[in-house]
Amino acid sequence: MTTIRARRRSPYPSWFYLPAALVYGVLFLVPTFASFYFSLTRWTIFDSHFIGFENFVNFFREPALVSGLTNTLIYAVVTSGLKVVLGLLLAVLLTSQIIGRGYLRSVVFFPVLVSTIGVGLTFTVLMNPERGLINESLAAIGVQGPGWLTDPDLALLSVALVDVWKGVGLATLIYIAGIVSIPQEYFEAARVDGAGATASFFRIVLPLARPATVTVVILSLIGGLRSFDLIWAMTRGGPGFTSDVIASVIYKQYQAGFYGLSTAGNVILFLVVTAVILPLYWFLTRKEVEL
Amino acid sequence: MTGRRNYWLSGVAILLSIVVFLVPFAFIVLTAVKSRQQAALLDFSWPENFQIVRNFVDVVEARDYMLIIAFINSTILTVSSVAIMVVLAAMVAYVLQRRKSRWNVLINFLVLSGLIIPPAVVPTIWVLQKLGLFRTMPGLILVEVAFGISFAILLFRAFIATIPRELDEAAIIDGASPFRLFFRVIFPLLRSVAITVIVVQSVTVFNDFVNPLYFLPGDQNATVQLTLYNFSSQFTSQYNLLFMNILLITIPPLIMFLFFNRRIVSGMTSGAIKG
Repeated sequence: MTTIRARRRSPYPSWFYLPAALVYGVLFLVPTFASFYFSLTRWTIFDSHFIGFENFVNFFREPALVSGLTNTLIYAVVTSGLKVVLGLLLAVLLTSQIIGRGYLRSVVFFPVLVSTIGVGLTFTVLMNPERGLINESLAAIGVQGPGWLTDPDLALLSVALVDVWKGVGLATLIYIAGIVSIPQEYFEAARVDGAGATASFFRIVLPLARPATVTVVILSLIGGLRSFDLIWAMTRGGPGFTSDVIASVIYKQYQAGFYGLSTAGNVILFLVVTAVILPLYWFLTRKEVEL
Repeated sequence: MTGRRNYWLSGVAILLSIVVFLVPFAFIVLTAVKSRQQAALLDFSWPENFQIVRNFVDVVEARDYMLIIAFINSTILTVSSVAIMVVLAAMVAYVLQRRKSRWNVLINFLVLSGLIIPPAVVPTIWVLQKLGLFRTMPGLILVEVAFGISFAILLFRAFIATIPRELDEAAIIDGASPFRLFFRVIFPLLRSVAITVIVVQSVTVFNDFVNPLYFLPGDQNATVQLTLYNFSSQFTSQYNLLFMNILLITIPPLIMFLFFNRRIVSGMTSGAIKG
């Protein structure tokens, strides 16, 4: 039979790749490679002048743009850190014997599916400093709430909190899948050996849910570094430039007609993402093998 | 002992879930049915008079039935891009999983790149313009396919690995061409994972704001997310209409969630765990 197979053409033809390769190549790979060239030009879509690294020099000379870079990192670290911690705690809670487990899982997960713009606009209203529900509730218990989105020191973190509100459901689900796959005997054995809930959390759940942690960290970092729509819906990078991230800088420069500079922002975002994700992925998965 | 503690914990969890997760949604619904004056107070209160129908009609009629056009556009965008994505991704995943070749390393690398690398915006516009597809619906559909296909390929590949090869061999011995083998034998077996891909990607494309913003600007072609965003700057004094709009575009994902909860969950987690 193998000889017949060998004489025939493969039943798995290469041309099956072709349509996908065409779309992906033309609309994703070509622009990605082109971005490296165009980031070195002064560019008006129709013609481009090669100007070397001037765009990058401008980018790093402009404090507003540099703060976009640091804000991106802060935003990504804060959101993924909170998603890991809260996601793990919620997953432990939602895999325990608790009343209303199905309801709780649904309610935590549903915001993941809701339009980011809708969530952003809703929380912009809820976070209104004078009349918003959050500060009204705080006032009712005698606390004066801050100007969540109007205070320059707080705006970025407020948006990050809403991001966590919307995204923690996915992290929770990934952790639940990880925890459920841990054999029940481990917990029973630990109980027989006299381990309490805390011990079995730190000695069993935490190490064995490691693949889930890797996934949550990687996914939320990728999402956090590229994040645009929530920030745009809530603050548009303001007040001033205090909640600008690279993705919103790219959009603003594009709107202003600085296509070269905008593309340089894109290249910087590409470099940041790969510089963060690749080493982290390598580090996290290598440790996993050793376990 | 544990029983009592669970009651206590359950109570706290349910209470917190109401405050943190349900109140914002209740706020959307309540504000959406209020009168303009009451909605402007931005408070969390029971509507004095319910204006469900009137607010609904006002939102729909605003700016020459923009919302209707936007819903039509979003439907066209979502249905076509997800349909193309499913077929193309299944074809790639099938050959990628079945045939061992030295190209596989490169192809796997490209698939993962599609998940990680942020798309280069202005160069994509440049390519679309060269092709005459900038500011057109087909252009945006293809962009959504290109950006979303990696995730679909990963899901399909994991599932195809569970289909026994003997099936292929039997079909080949029966004289099926590669084309027939895939579309008549394999593709129908992918039904369950295809539904997962369709549901997850539909929600993603429907909720997408960034790509329509860049690649399909202009009122004529607005998608629901763009319309909502434009609403927010235009109707700053009409919060009831703004929230009615938010409510309306939350309904499609809600329906998906109610019918396909399991699929969405398995799709989002299984794809993720392996990545």
